[in-house]
Amino acid sequence: MSDALIETRNLKAYYGDAQALFGIDFHLGEGEIVAVIGANGAGKSTFMKALTGLLKVPGESVLLNGEAIGGLPVGEIVRKGLALVPEGRRLFPSLTVEENLLMGAFARRPGPWNLRRLYTMFPTLAEKKDLPSISLSGGQQQMAAIGRALMSNPRILLCDEISLGLAPIVIKEIYDSLPSIASEGMSVVVVEQDVVVAQGVSARVYCFQEGRVSLEGASKDLTRDQISQAYFGV
Amino acid sequence: MIETVVQGLLLGGLYCLFALGLSLMFGVMRLTNIAQGDLIVLGGFSAIVLAPLLGLNIWATCLVLLPLAYALGYFLQRGVLNRALDKDPLPSLVVTFGLAIVVQNGLLEVFSADPRSLASGGLNTQSLHIGEQFAVGILPLMICVAAVLCTCAMQLLFNKTALGRAFRAVSDDQEVAELMGLNARKLFAIATGIAFALIALAGFFQSLRTTVSPSDGPQLLLFAFESVIIGGMGSFWGTFVGAMVLGLTQQVGFKVDPAWGVWLGHLVFLAVLVARPNGLFPKTKG
Repeated sequence: MSDALIETRNLKAYYGDAQALFGIDFHLGEGEIVAVIGANGAGKSTFMKALTGLLKVPGESVLLNGEAIGGLPVGEIVRKGLALVPEGRRLFPSLTVEENLLMGAFARRPGPWNLRRLYTMFPTLAEKKDLPSISLSGGQQQMAAIGRALMSNPRILLCDEISLGLAPIVIKEIYDSLPSIASEGMSVVVVEQDVVVAQGVSARVYCFQEGRVSLEGASKDLTRDQISQAYFGV
Repeated sequence: MIETVVQGLLLGGLYCLFALGLSLMFGVMRLTNIAQGDLIVLGGFSAIVLAPLLGLNIWATCLVLLPLAYALGYFLQRGVLNRALDKDPLPSLVVTFGLAIVVQNGLLEVFSADPRSLASGGLNTQSLHIGEQFAVGILPLMICVAAVLCTCAMQLLFNKTALGRAFRAVSDDQEVAELMGLNARKLFAIATGIAFALIALAGFFQSLRTTVSPSDGPQLLLFAFESVIIGGMGSFWGTFVGAMVLGLTQQVGFKVDPAWGVWLGHLVFLAVLVARPNGLFPKTKG
């Protein structure tokens, strides 16, 4: 546990008076791909918001390399190396594809990712770089959203529901690119509703239920019964 | 006929300068600055106060005035307006409305209600003769050229620079922009700073061309508003065209009957609102 790149200890988060997370213990190692699964409203997206600073949480409850980063300003957390691919992609509609990617580089972290490398990985984006981002198809938009996050050269890439609303073949294409991204030591957290996809891509799985971790384990060891028990609580 | 059109377009140039700051602040942070008109007047009075200190050199006055206005805008946004920004537009409307009252009454207290103007050293009476019958004032021409240059500059800033990209991104989706490491509050302050510099430039030219008096603000705000709305929110060239339409209409009205100018401008504004509620060249939706 002590060699975790990022960990949360008893992480609690609130929207006003409503508590959304009830003490999440989570850890992620260097170069590891971990999936977070759970039903709607289980707290997965809230967890992403707490990690990235969009939702303020106590400092000591999120540790990056042992350093307390909970509740820091969003921009500061990005510069420390956390990048989020937000749910629903959320590209900037009035920017072109390339301008969207350049926004990702705003944090100016040094690293292997730049426009040329992204365009090699996603050639369609290179062809459409001068078009408005809203003219892309859903899958292409998702590639652009992932690319935008990579442009900040994060140590940890957080992907929130990147398969939502996409065709299965597109989902496969996007998830196939993750291992090569992680092979260079980048750690990845994927939030998924699709259990099979999540198990396929990750080394370990956390299952959330009503703001708590209901199951944690190596992806290949978890049985369908265990997961449905943890997922639905029945 | 040609003279009316030319005078109308030159007037439109002035209105464009009135409106650009409003267009910028609305475009970046959806903030409608009710104090726009009174701040233009404040800019005019500031120029009148500064000029004697700088040996009545109007260009030196302008050069000193603009950075001061930028600083005022920057710190006003950081200290006050950022706190009023919200998904709900009402708080920022109320705050800038309050600012308008404070500025107007402050000016009245210090300068009395008398109209004043900035001594131009004869610039406002010089003209360019084209043919035998036709002359164009040098100052209105300069104002119009300044309006074109400012519109070009704003458009270039927005489309071609990293700062402009950041402005557009934060206007599109503030939360995601912050996830990229942008500091929205600082960007808003820069935007307001630039808007205030444009406002000061407008006030400077207004006090050169005619007179300013503390009670002028609301009228100027109305012209700025109408220019932005006719042109369509969020587009600088739209604002430019809107200002030209307004200037032209008013001038035609003045030609028909001196009492008709402003009134005809309002009519055309209403007609555009009915025919194209989003303006002629809308960029921003919602």
